[in-house]
Amino acid sequence: MSNTDEKLVRMANQIASFFKTQPGDKATASTAQHIKDFWDPSMIAQMRNLLANDVEGLDPIAHAAAKEVTAA
Amino acid sequence: MKDFIIPTSMDDITNDRDMGTPASKSLEMVTLTIDGFEVTVPAGTSVMRASNEAGIEVPKLCATDSLEAFGSCRLCVVEIEGRRGTPASCTTPVAEGMVVNTHTDKIKKIRKGVMELYISDHPLDCLTCAANGDCELQDMAGAVGLRDVRYEGTENHFEVRQNGEVNPKYIPKDDSNPYFAYDPAKCIVCSRCVRACEETQGTFALTIEGSGFNSRVSFGAKSDDALHSDCVSCGACVAACPTATLTEKSVIELGTPERSVITTCAYCGVGCSFKAELNGDEVVRMTPWKHGKANRGHSCVKGRFAYGYASHSDRILSPMIRDSIDQPWREVSYEEAIDFTSKKLRDIQAKHGQKSIGGITSSRCTNEETYLVQKMIRAVFGNNNTDTCARVCHSPTGYGLKTTFGTSAGTQDFDSVEDTDVVIVIGANPTDGHPVFASRLRKRLRQGAELIVIDPRRIDLLETPHMGKGHHLPLRPGTNVAILSAISHVIVTEGLHDEAFIRERCDWDEFSEYAAFISDERHSPEAMQLLTGVDAQALREAARAFARGGNGAIYYGLGVTEHSQGSTTVMAIANLAMMTGNIGRRGVGVNPLRGQNNVQGACDMGSFPHELPGYRHVSDDATRDIFEDLWGVTLDAEPGLRIPNMLDAAVDGTFKGIYIQGEDILQSDPDTHHVAAGLAAMDCVIVQDLFLNETANYAHVFLPGSTFLEKDGTFTNAERRINRVREVMKPKNGYADWQVTMLLANAMGANWTYTHPSQIMDEIAATTPGFANVTYEMLEERGSVQWPCNDNAPDGTPIMHIDGFVRGKGQFIITEYIATDERTGPRFPLLLTTGRILSQYNVGAQTRRTDNVVWHDEDLLEIHPQDAENRGIKDGDFVKLASRQGETSLRATITDRVSPGVVYTTFHHPDTQANVITTDFSDWATNCPEYKVTAVQVSQSNGPTDWQKDYNEQAAQSRRILPAAE
Repeated sequence: MSNTDEKLVRMANQIASFFKTQPGDKATASTAQHIKDFWDPSMIAQMRNLLANDVEGLDPIAHAAAKEVTAA
Repeated sequence: MKDFIIPTSMDDITNDRDMGTPASKSLEMVTLTIDGFEVTVPAGTSVMRASNEAGIEVPKLCATDSLEAFGSCRLCVVEIEGRRGTPASCTTPVAEGMVVNTHTDKIKKIRKGVMELYISDHPLDCLTCAANGDCELQDMAGAVGLRDVRYEGTENHFEVRQNGEVNPKYIPKDDSNPYFAYDPAKCIVCSRCVRACEETQGTFALTIEGSGFNSRVSFGAKSDDALHSDCVSCGACVAACPTATLTEKSVIELGTPERSVITTCAYCGVGCSFKAELNGDEVVRMTPWKHGKANRGHSCVKGRFAYGYASHSDRILSPMIRDSIDQPWREVSYEEAIDFTSKKLRDIQAKHGQKSIGGITSSRCTNEETYLVQKMIRAVFGNNNTDTCARVCHSPTGYGLKTTFGTSAGTQDFDSVEDTDVVIVIGANPTDGHPVFASRLRKRLRQGAELIVIDPRRIDLLETPHMGKGHHLPLRPGTNVAILSAISHVIVTEGLHDEAFIRERCDWDEFSEYAAFISDERHSPEAMQLLTGVDAQALREAARAFARGGNGAIYYGLGVTEHSQGSTTVMAIANLAMMTGNIGRRGVGVNPLRGQNNVQGACDMGSFPHELPGYRHVSDDATRDIFEDLWGVTLDAEPGLRIPNMLDAAVDGTFKGIYIQGEDILQSDPDTHHVAAGLAAMDCVIVQDLFLNETANYAHVFLPGSTFLEKDGTFTNAERRINRVREVMKPKNGYADWQVTMLLANAMGANWTYTHPSQIMDEIAATTPGFANVTYEMLEERGSVQWPCNDNAPDGTPIMHIDGFVRGKGQFIITEYIATDERTGPRFPLLLTTGRILSQYNVGAQTRRTDNVVWHDEDLLEIHPQDAENRGIKDGDFVKLASRQGETSLRATITDRVSPGVVYTTFHHPDTQANVITTDFSDWATNCPEYKVTAVQVSQSNGPTDWQKDYNEQAAQSRRILPAAE
């Protein structure tokens, strides 16, 4: 993984770790929405690529959110 | 007979007269008669001020309307019917039906006698005196008709030799301060300087030594000169001095100014209003403007004195280009530079795609300039790759306050602090970073307000003389959320929250959920103590003080935002304000102290890649429609790249060109190695700045910038106040920054036709609801206005969320503490945190080019005596500072101001390169870098590291300029 790939994984995990602490069961949806709101499409494309290559290190919520965002 | 009722004269911005004593804020009105004229003024007004309101100036020397009356000079005496003697009009308050005579024979005789005594101990060198024509003593001698001085003092203070002997009472001039001189020979001991230092600035550096004829103004202990005293060189004493005793050296050198222009300081986010005083186009001095609503006539050493960079020989005044960064610069015409740049950018786009270029707007530039840069990127470059330096400072404020309150801005005006009873200052060092606000806060602390400081360092604010109770919670860097949660835990579990406010203004169910979360034992101060290092009992006391103390206000700075949990901390602050009911009136609120002059404005103007002006997301069709209609283009509906993402993309080879206006990312952004690698990987880096800054070492195009003195526009300060910036002189580089941006945009096909920044403001007002009613005419009339300013708030909005939150109900957010990934360990056992010092400003590009360097000519590493001893480090030693990212070296200073385990430095000098050390960890929500926590080791060193040597070599190579072609 390149340095940028690692950063994307870390950023997604950080976002997920915040939304996991929030009440309700919207952690995945909120993480996905945050990524949609703030990430440039090229970053999302890069994440799509990472998912396709079975990236390691993604937190389960971050993983689910990344899947949701990249599926769109 | 004329009647005067002038209750609003304190707001009359055209009245610059010295009214003698401060305005009374009483709503009760009193009518009296002065020299036969009836006048009505607020109760508590002095007879002197009432008389001034009626247009009758009573002679005075020790009185001035920025200071409380003192009653020492005896020149302002009057007669009042029914009262004995001749009371001083400055210390006598008005009373209903009072009959005052200011100019009787008896009074005239007294005044002439007083002046005769003053002048008998004053040199008569008026013609060659720096204050000639601007001297109140001279004016008063004229006003009382003094024609003769009968006394010849057997002793005086002004002659070097008297009666053939050395005069022991003569004290030579103190020239130690670079900006002002103190000449005791001209002093009349009116105490205005001493009172200004106390009342206005709050430093108490000056005092009166001795008594009677031996009374002398002194900078503290006898050995102290001005420079080595506690003096912070704010200039308040100089402004207050009625004679040439305390005078700006620039006035001594250049003469008294003949014209003045009101403008706004370009340093910190306080946004002080200044009078630029000039001869021709040469600035003689900058004096704080008494009607400036942010500063109320006060200033600091930066705004008042450190403007010399504008005419510094290092300024680059011609455009320069080069094909690669190993070449020297070539000076060219604007035409050639713009042509070169526009072709290069379009070539890059043709080769690498529309989104392969972007830009950075400047928080140093005006709203109008910032608006144009983001407009160029969105409409001309055709993408949303725009960001601004707020990314690295207050982006979490935007996110956090928008989420909780509904608006990305502070809630108060600065005047609000006058009604604050208890204040939390967290992650901010106002006496150094926001000095004029600090003075206003200190005034309130001296009146008894309670202070709670949450900061790893013992900041100077805690050492405010004569203040009320102070608490210091010296937390470990990186534990802000834990501390704030513990405070909220105490408030909620002890039932100190404001239930009525929460029920009315917030969602009670949401609060209940939050209360259950925060009441958990894991958030108690006792449970948190080990993590935060803060004594549980001290924290409980501080929490109770805030909840019970009356009007509670929270002020915060980058020590809050620049963390991996920066946004969470901002929301924790918002929670705290809401649960204690401290929102929506004077004296309370959540107040981000903005770092740079126009950070607020740069954010408002749509500098962020995901937001159009007015904080509207780019995906919002209705908002895009507004701009698409006006600009005649189709806008991208997806967010663009943020600064760190641009650099990552550059390293990956997909981002190739950047336009950077007024921002030095190589020095100011974290992880210098990575920034340098990103810049080096680009094909076209365009830097628009005053100087060849550090980023310019990697640039292909340099476009000269203009200073704040050289253009029209507006800045928006930390209190959302839109202040006018006025062209004081013509741009030395030929164009204001907005014009340079327009040249480039037009070369790329924009067809813009602005001829004045007011037209840009009109466009902002037409497209951005919060600015709808803002015009230059309005600013001309009122001086300034705080947004939102529209049909709902035609007079602007000093205090937000008065009747309800902008988003409707205030939102409580669960704020779980999550430790940063940056951890100390055996190799890096200390935590480094960074900050600013009073005399220097950010990367120092301006202040390092002024005499401010006498106070701070290098960055120092503060280290606790225990940590220093363990490492064999002595005060002043060169030490190596290393982190996982890199290493640098600088000198150590040993102090218990930092706790054991914590070291601190400033980042003003490129030689130090503090950001070689900092990591690329960042805030979870906004990518704001985590500057404030880096695990480091400190060890002995012989001098600069290899990196510093290599860096300086590269910089010297890169700054070469070819002689201009004939």
